[in-house]
Amino acid sequence: MKRIYMDNNATTPVRPEVLEAMLPYYREQFGNPSSVHWAGQAVAGAVETAREQVANLINCAPAEIVFTACGSEGDNMAIKGTADALREKGNHIITTSVEHPAVLETCRYMEKQGYDVTFLPVDRDGMLDLQELEAAITDRTILISVMWANNETGNIIPIEEIGKIARKYKVRFHTDAVQAVGKIPVDVQRANVDLLVLSGHKIGAPKGVGAIYIRRGTRLTPLLHGGHQERHRRAGTHNVAGIVGLGLACKLAGAEMEKVMDGIRALRDKLERGILEAIPEVKLNGHPDGAMRLPNTLNVSFAYIEGESLLLNFDMRGIAASSGSACTSGSLEPSHVMGAMCVDVVLAHSSTRFSLGHDNTEEDVDTILEVLPPIVQRLREMSPLYNRKEPMTCDECQVIRKVCE
Amino acid sequence: MYTEKVMDHFSNPRNVGEIEDADGVGEVGNASCGDIMKIFLKVENDVIKDIKFKTFGCGAAIATSSMVTEMAIGKTLDEAMELSNAAVAEALDGLPPQKLHCSNLAADALHEAIKNYRETHG
Repeated sequence: MKRIYMDNNATTPVRPEVLEAMLPYYREQFGNPSSVHWAGQAVAGAVETAREQVANLINCAPAEIVFTACGSEGDNMAIKGTADALREKGNHIITTSVEHPAVLETCRYMEKQGYDVTFLPVDRDGMLDLQELEAAITDRTILISVMWANNETGNIIPIEEIGKIARKYKVRFHTDAVQAVGKIPVDVQRANVDLLVLSGHKIGAPKGVGAIYIRRGTRLTPLLHGGHQERHRRAGTHNVAGIVGLGLACKLAGAEMEKVMDGIRALRDKLERGILEAIPEVKLNGHPDGAMRLPNTLNVSFAYIEGESLLLNFDMRGIAASSGSACTSGSLEPSHVMGAMCVDVVLAHSSTRFSLGHDNTEEDVDTILEVLPPIVQRLREMSPLYNRKEPMTCDECQVIRKVCE
Repeated sequence: MYTEKVMDHFSNPRNVGEIEDADGVGEVGNASCGDIMKIFLKVENDVIKDIKFKTFGCGAAIATSSMVTEMAIGKTLDEAMELSNAAVAEALDGLPPQKLHCSNLAADALHEAIKNYRETHG
């Protein structure tokens, strides 16, 4: 059975050339780049080369890049580091209700620490009202934190517009760009971003490495205290091999982005059209215009069925995708992103994300379009909600509904 | 994540469907949690002669529904009332811990259907 991987927003395979470039740093090039001797100095250059490669992809200076262990670390560092460094300036943070948990939960933690947080709502397409964002700014606002692109829907947020607003009010601006980097052009100068977070494993580098861009002159309290690494901004011995892998992945992404993403977009569009044409009662989650979403992401809900049972059926056919249902989120509620978009609770449980990557082919899309309709039909035949005569009584739906009122 | 028995009942669920002139119908669960189970019964001389289910839910929800129909058929109503959610889960060689809460309602649906039968055929 041919396996089809369409969960690239969760993680990507390490690219073969990236792995090749990393291997020497697990073998003969084992030194600690902070050491003065031959073993250390042999690898120090590799870390700096990687720093340049990352900087080039997002248009900043190498000195503005700090290597981290993951996207969550970067987001924690940006939010907690800002809150601490600017505590005399204010105590108000503005973010959105559709952020990744790395931002959302960090902001909730800051609330417990006494900070005020505004969680901006989104419309039914998952987009922000920028006037509302501007109106939320007060003289106590120290940070605006908005993701560049949403991991579940792929929606691309107008970061440059938000950058203009942040500059106008001289408020620091952080963006979780984990899903955007490598898929669409990301330019921190044009967007007027002060802090940007990216992660290696979303772009063909390994898990366990990421980076944060810190605009020159931005005061940020470190998350990890200790050694003098990364100009005292992030202690901890460098993950040299991972950093080398991240650097090369960024270089490759920059060089190939237009061509590769055009191909991936064409496949995604074919999948989207195919599903919407072949299956009745399907809801597209996210911006209806595919150009306003990441080129690789498609999120759809199939009425009357639940996401995990769909994914299990997929899995039995070798297809890997993901779902916003409670059963897959590890909680009792479906995806907070679907909730914020006022997606009906049953539809939220059936939201299914296809996120394409380098390795997908037209044949993969054809296979999915072939196996999906009968799976959906079979599960619908099994569902007490399908062709239902009596209406649903559903007091418990308030979990979702209250967000929408 | 799931045992072989769960996957067997999930991929080849037994007794799926509705009984048009059912003697008892029971429904439990809620859409918010992502699980709704509906059980249809045909009863003769206090014995479950036929049973069908419809379920909206995850793999565990579908597998427990299927299993409870197999366990209940041929049983007297009193015996069927003794079937517990835990027994259903055990018959499937266990469920992942996070599934024990929400997706393990099949015996409840069966009990609701029996209560419905007793109320209407009292």
